[in-house]
Formats: sequence, structure tokens, C-alpha cells
Amino acid sequence: MSVDAKQARQRRKFWGGFGYHAFGIGAALFFFAPFAWTGLASLRTGTEAQQPPLPPWPTHGVSFDTYAVLNTFGAGVWQHVFNSTIVALATVVLTVIVSLLAGYGFSRYRFPLKNVFFVLIIATLMIPFQSILTPLFIILAKLGLNNSLVGLVLVYVTLQLPFSVFMMRNAFDAVPREIEEAARIDGARDLKLLIRVLLPLVMPGVATVAIFAFLNSWNEFLAALILLSDNEKYTLPVLMTAVRAGRLGAINWGAVQAGVMVMTIPCLAVFLILQRYYMRGLMAGAVK
Amino acid sequence: MTSPALTLAVPASSRRRRARMGQWQGLLYIAPAMALVIVFFVIPVLFTFWMSFHDWPLLGQPEWIGLGNYVRLLTDTRFLSSLRFTAYYTVITTIAIFVVAFPLAIFVEKQRRGVGFYRTVFFMPVVVGLATASLLWVWLANVDSGLIGPAIRMMGFAGKKVNLLATFDSAFWTIIVMVVWKVAGFTMIILLTGLQSIPVELNEAARIDGAGSWQRFRHLTLPLMRRTIALALILSVTGSVLAFDQFYIMTSGGPQNRMISVVYYIFNQSFVSFHLGYGSALSIALLGILIVLSVVQLRLLRVGDDK
Repeated sequence: MSVDAKQARQRRKFWGGFGYHAFGIGAALFFFAPFAWTGLASLRTGTEAQQPPLPPWPTHGVSFDTYAVLNTFGAGVWQHVFNSTIVALATVVLTVIVSLLAGYGFSRYRFPLKNVFFVLIIATLMIPFQSILTPLFIILAKLGLNNSLVGLVLVYVTLQLPFSVFMMRNAFDAVPREIEEAARIDGARDLKLLIRVLLPLVMPGVATVAIFAFLNSWNEFLAALILLSDNEKYTLPVLMTAVRAGRLGAINWGAVQAGVMVMTIPCLAVFLILQRYYMRGLMAGAVK
Repeated sequence: MTSPALTLAVPASSRRRRARMGQWQGLLYIAPAMALVIVFFVIPVLFTFWMSFHDWPLLGQPEWIGLGNYVRLLTDTRFLSSLRFTAYYTVITTIAIFVVAFPLAIFVEKQRRGVGFYRTVFFMPVVVGLATASLLWVWLANVDSGLIGPAIRMMGFAGKKVNLLATFDSAFWTIIVMVVWKVAGFTMIILLTGLQSIPVELNEAARIDGAGSWQRFRHLTLPLMRRTIALALILSVTGSVLAFDQFYIMTSGGPQNRMISVVYYIFNQSFVSFHLGYGSALSIALLGILIVLSVVQLRLLRVGDDK
């Protein structure tokens, strides 16, 4: 009797687990398959790349033809990888510096209109940047920063600020003041105190801010499309519109697959390596 | 020991001096952030208002036309149809995202073997760009070189070639599938934070009182997740209203220009036709719509009154 009941429970547990993983693996395939399919398909030879990816893997040997074709668009794919990388890294560095300083200021100092300034930074979240692109285009032109990667970086940094300043202020708020007092007595002041003593303590917050800045600037499309007009300054997503438009009415789908891979791999790598910080940032934003 | 008054007086005055200096230092620390926000956000927002009252060509002198642009947009049939299309798209995507994301959130809530793996894989499409995802899916949906059409044909469901992007409905649903693939993981994580904030004891108590799983979900889980659902809803609605990349890359606004979203229309007016003033007026209208939508959603979900 009791043996029977135990067996029944075990059987139910087994089938429960089976159903659980069957659903999980099915859903995981849906989310992962497009990446795997594109990655495999992009390794087919030139003529094969125009065929439907059935099966997705190369049947005439692995080749990098599609990447070579991608390289014939715009100013060569390396130039655009370089542009995208420079823009993303500059956005990361500037966002970290600016939000580190601002987070520290908002957390540790009292000054007039402090709350007004803080609300002003956060309130920019309410207004989608898509609705201010027209004047942004004109203001950048007035500053001589239209059609320049510098201008694009400054816009991206600004778009990152509400989230980043909020994250960094919370990170500094979580650091006990006693640590600062002790460091002050030891003679550390101001920037030295911030960099030597506090920076290591808020590093997780910095990592979160950096990841979001990297992904958002690497992936952004509309602002880059509008603000950049020179072929050789295009970031990867803008270059891909040229690939998507095709030449003489024919689209080279191999180049599309290769381009998708070039844009995807850095994002997935950053996410998979630094997942912990990414999810923490997301959850912190969601709970608020 | 000799003069306690003196030793006390020095730190007091220096503290005051430091406090006064601290005021300026604090401002100094936030100055770079404020400068960026003012130059690249506050001024552009105010400038959008200003421009919206002008006929503003790319070259040449802007001309004040008062409310002219606003009068024009009320009778602009192409703008109104872009509004209709955006509304339709927003409703369908939001429903589709929730229908997929809610079960996923419940699925990944319990700590079981492999749950971390599932969370990670479901989330992967979120970190790639919408432009990248659009490119990937426009290839998958391509009639000759893609995957979906030829696969349907190979399995014998269709006699002739399947061109998913040729008709409005099939193109529309292809985009919906792409967006759900791209965004569901994000909504899943937001909903997961809400699910995890519900105390386990409450569910246990309801179960002991004989509430079925649907009853528990309907009368316990959903009400307790109101704030989280509101957040996920607002993010999803806002994102959908602002949709641009997928229509620009996947269908170029077609078939028959029926997939022009509001942002796409503003893009066309401002940066293709260079009616910058009119584009600004459209932007202000979009901004107003978004604010109204957010307020309405917060009201509907009664976020704020905790009863």
C-alpha cells in the first residue's frame, strides 16, 4: 500500500518533470532557433546562401563568403564595426563617468534645488526621444555636431542618464557613511576619495550602468539613421539598411545573415558573461 | 585641556565652511549630467514646441503660422490612418506579449533544476537590437531565400510560393511573431519580479481553504501583481506606440503603405519631406497621446490606492 503510494508519487513526479522540461525545451527552441539558424546559414557558400536554409547548416563545406560579401557594402564592414564599437565604448565610458559623479553628488551633498534637478533628470524618461529628434537634428547642426559620431555619442549618453544616475545614486546610498569618514580622517578628499575608496564599493552599479549603455548604443537605429549622413560614418544598423535595400533590386541574403551575426554576437556575449549585473539592473528598475 | 572653547570653535566654523563649500561641490558633481540633459533634452523639448508653431523648411527662413500645423494634423488623413494603424498594432502586440510572457513567468518562477538556463535562453532575444531582430526575421520570412515560406511549402501546406510579406495580414502577423520573440523575455522578467513578491504563505492559506489554481490566480495573484502588471503594460504600450524599426526594415511601410506607424510618419514628414515644423507638431501630438495613455492605464489598474 505505502509502497504503491510511493511509486505513484514518484511516477507523478517523473511525468511532472517531463512535462516541465518538454515545455521548457520547446519554448527555449523557439527563442534560440533563429540565432542558431542564422549563424549556421551564414557559413554557407555564396550561391548556397541564397537558397532557403533547409537544412540550415552548410552542405558544400564551411565558408566565410557571406562575410566577404558583407565587406563590399558601405566602407567595408570593418569600418562600420569600428564605428559601432567606438560609439558604444565612448558611450559606456562617458555614461559611467557622468553618472558616477552625478550619483555621488545626489547621494552625498546638499545643495539648492537638488530635488528639482533630480526629478528633471528622471523626468526625461517620460518623454520618448523619438519625439525630439527633429530639434535635436537642428541643435546638433548648430553645434557643428551633425553627421558626427561625437554628436551621436552625446545623444546616447543623455538617453542613458536617467537610468544611470538613478542606479548610481542608489549604489552610493547603500555605502555606509562611516567608510567615508574613516577615509577622510586618513586624508583622502574629494575625487581621490571617490576613485580610491568609493569606486570599488559601487562597482556592481557601474557594471550595470555600463552594460545597459553598451547594449543600447550598439543597437540603436533611428537616431543613427537620422543623425549620420556620411557613408563611412554609418554604424552597423544603418549600414544594414543598405544591405537590406540590395543592389539593382536584388538582395544578398547571405550578407544579411552575416550582418545579423556581426551585430548579435557582441550583445549575446556581453549578456551571457555579465548576466548577473544585467538582471540586477533590470529588477532594480522594475521594483521601483 | 586649557581652552575647550577654542578647540570646539574651530571644527564648528570649519564645518560650516565645509557645508557652504559642499553646496558648490555638490553642484559641481552633477554639473556634467545637468549640462547634457539641458542641452540634449530640455532645450530640444522646448524647441519642439516652438517649432511646431512654424512652417520650418530645412533651408530658408522659418515662418510663424500659429496653430496652423495643429489644424492641419486634425484633417491629415494619412496621419489619422497612421494613428489607427498604430493603435491596432499596439493592442494586438500587447495582448500577444502578455499571452506569451505570463505563462513563461509562471514557468520560470519556481526554483527547479534548469530554471536558470530557461530564464537565460528566453531572455536572449531581448539583448539584441530591434533593428537586428527585424533583419533576422525579414530574412526568415523572405519568399525565396527565407525559412518560413519554403518550409510551409516543403511540408505540403501550400502549392505555390508563400510570400508572408506580400499581404497586409500575413506581414502584420509576421511582425507580431517577431516582436513577441524579441520582447516576451523582458515582460517575463518584469512579471517574475511581481510573482516573487507575493508571500508563499498566502498561496498556501488559499490552497488549504480549498481555492483551485485558477481561483488562486484570479483572486490572489492578479490583484497582488497590480503594480507590476501596470509597469509591464505601460512599457509594452509605450514601446508599441513608438514602433518604427520593424516597419522601416521589414516592410518599408508596405504593403500599400498600410504599415506606416506614427513615428514612421513623423520620420517621413521631418526627414524625407523636410516639413520640420509639421513634424514637430506631430511629435507634440504623439507626446500628448503617450501621457494620456499612461495616466489612463495607471487609473484603470488603480495603482496608488492601496485597499
